[in-house]
Amino acid sequence: MRMSKIVRTITALLFWAVLVFGFYIVIHGHLTPGGGFQGGAVIASSTALFLIAFSKDEFLRKYKDVFLSVAESGGLLLFISIAFLGIGATFFYNFMANSGGIFGSPTPIGINDGDLNTAGTLPPMNIAVGLEVFGGLSLILLFMFLGAYLKPFSKESEVHEE
Amino acid sequence: MEHLPILVVAVPLFVAFAIPLIDKVGGGRYAKEGVTVGSLLFSLIGMILLLKRVAALGPQVYVFGAALPTLTLPTGMKVPIRIMFEVDGMSAFMALSGSIAALAAAIYSIAYLKDETGKDRFYVLFLLLVVGMLGMELTGDIFNFFVFLEISSIASAALVAFRYYKAESIEAAIKYMVVGSLSALFVLIAVGFLYGKYDALNFAAIAKRMEFSWADKIALALLVVSLALKCGAVPLHMWLPDAYAEAPASVTALLVSVSQASLYGLFRVCFSLFGVKMSTLTVGWIVIIFGVLSMFIGVTMALVQKEIKRLMAFHAISQTGYMLLGVGVGLAVLGNPFDLKSYGLMAMKGGIFHIINHAMYKGLLFLTAGAVFYRAGTRDLNKLGGLAHNMPWTTVYFIIGAAAIAGLPPFNGFASKLMIYESVYKFNPILSIMAMIVSVLTLASFVKIFQSAFLGPQLPEYKDIKEAPMSMLVGMGILAFVVVFFGLFPELIVRTIVDPAAKALVDQASYISKVMGGM
Repeated sequence: MRMSKIVRTITALLFWAVLVFGFYIVIHGHLTPGGGFQGGAVIASSTALFLIAFSKDEFLRKYKDVFLSVAESGGLLLFISIAFLGIGATFFYNFMANSGGIFGSPTPIGINDGDLNTAGTLPPMNIAVGLEVFGGLSLILLFMFLGAYLKPFSKESEVHEE
Repeated sequence: MEHLPILVVAVPLFVAFAIPLIDKVGGGRYAKEGVTVGSLLFSLIGMILLLKRVAALGPQVYVFGAALPTLTLPTGMKVPIRIMFEVDGMSAFMALSGSIAALAAAIYSIAYLKDETGKDRFYVLFLLLVVGMLGMELTGDIFNFFVFLEISSIASAALVAFRYYKAESIEAAIKYMVVGSLSALFVLIAVGFLYGKYDALNFAAIAKRMEFSWADKIALALLVVSLALKCGAVPLHMWLPDAYAEAPASVTALLVSVSQASLYGLFRVCFSLFGVKMSTLTVGWIVIIFGVLSMFIGVTMALVQKEIKRLMAFHAISQTGYMLLGVGVGLAVLGNPFDLKSYGLMAMKGGIFHIINHAMYKGLLFLTAGAVFYRAGTRDLNKLGGLAHNMPWTTVYFIIGAAAIAGLPPFNGFASKLMIYESVYKFNPILSIMAMIVSVLTLASFVKIFQSAFLGPQLPEYKDIKEAPMSMLVGMGILAFVVVFFGLFPELIVRTIVDPAAKALVDQASYISKVMGGM
């Protein structure tokens, strides 16, 4: 079920470009349009490319579906953990903003080049959402792709009930 | 303590996200079940504490991401810009009822789903459903309400399809999904109308500036119809019997409470968002008509059913009618302080008390139906018989639930129905008489189940079946205890939790001023 050599070669090249672009959208979520969800969806589109150009067997050799589902729930856990960390003040409190540490520089006011090292908990939350969306959408794509290989329901499967 | 409103929602959410990982690393044999029950127990205890706090200190707000949980208006702002939870007597009451049902259903699931596959996904969805329900009941932000409504719709559609190998489950789930998305879209359009007009999403902020012009009327119509659709009021009930009958019994017991969260949304919109600015008599009568239709059509449809869970599902529609009737009467006389005081508030208390009673006894009845199905393998009343010989505890629980739903003293259904009859009679005697007739028909159809499933000689094919397993008995026992306790001490319950809930609904001014400051 592999596509032609030309398609596979181009995919192998594009795959990394798609990944890098997706990570760019995720990591610049607090500065430019986009963010965790959009970036995660772009990263997950690399899964679609991989699945179509190569085969499902090749895909499952490289990725385990355990990896994808760990990425999904890990992303969610990371998100809600960051929200919980702010509970000294309130749930979702942005305790990292303007604290001077990582992502903690004060935000420059007015027109500027955009400082990546700002916005406190927003970038980590974007990364968490990106991870979750990548894992979730990739799993959906994988299961839809695997579904194409299923045989249509036979009479025997209907006897299975109750 | 001031973090309680968020903790009761966030802890089950955290556990829901952690369950897939716990499942991957192994954990014990009952790790998933353990953390699920633990987090729901935490929620229940948190809700009880929160209820006490609300009773002592009035409505509680919790602002996400602010420097202080009570900082509703950031410096220099006239409107609240952050998402917040606002918990008054009514929210706390609903969330308490939901968290009791959720805990009992989760304990029941341990044995009920022992031999099923995909349990990690089941518990994740179950917890998400609880989170959606509690979130809808605690939130003070209308867009947030929509988000939680979507969470609960998606989770419940997936749970209805849990037995994916049965065609009926898939059909019921697709129906539920279509209806759920449709009603969520209606809510979203209504939110759009309100946001476009008032530039605010907070219930209190919109309510303060409510003008009740055309845009608001459209929003009101969309909200009332979509939330009535979600709580299964006739004529918008077509999805409910399928979904309730096909979901696993523990999920059905929880779905009863989840539908009531939509009912809560309907009341919140009518009382706190629009309140006396709209024509409460008209909207009140619309709610009453929804209620009377649901009561009557639900029970008459139930009488002809042959399948135990489907029959109970039609009764769920019928009982929802009582709540709509009671609170609808209160809404109809909201603009008239004298009538409100003389019977309106009592009707509302009856309707609100019926909400928690219904969540408890209908949950119990669905769980007993699940126990019958678990042991006997069928839900067809024509095939069942003589189960009282083998399943004495389940029979006792069923009797408690059936007596409560039929409104027999000394069970809790009697207390709330009596309050509804007495007060609605003063509003309109015909409505009250219809409610009594429906109650008689309810008794008739439960006598039918009792007689055909439990009584009679022991049938040869059910000779060897045993009593339901321990965890299922415990789950049913919790609900049965609550039913009996509420029935024995109705005055205590009405005084401590029902009365503050009814007063909180009527008292729109303090709901608004808690967020917006002095009026």
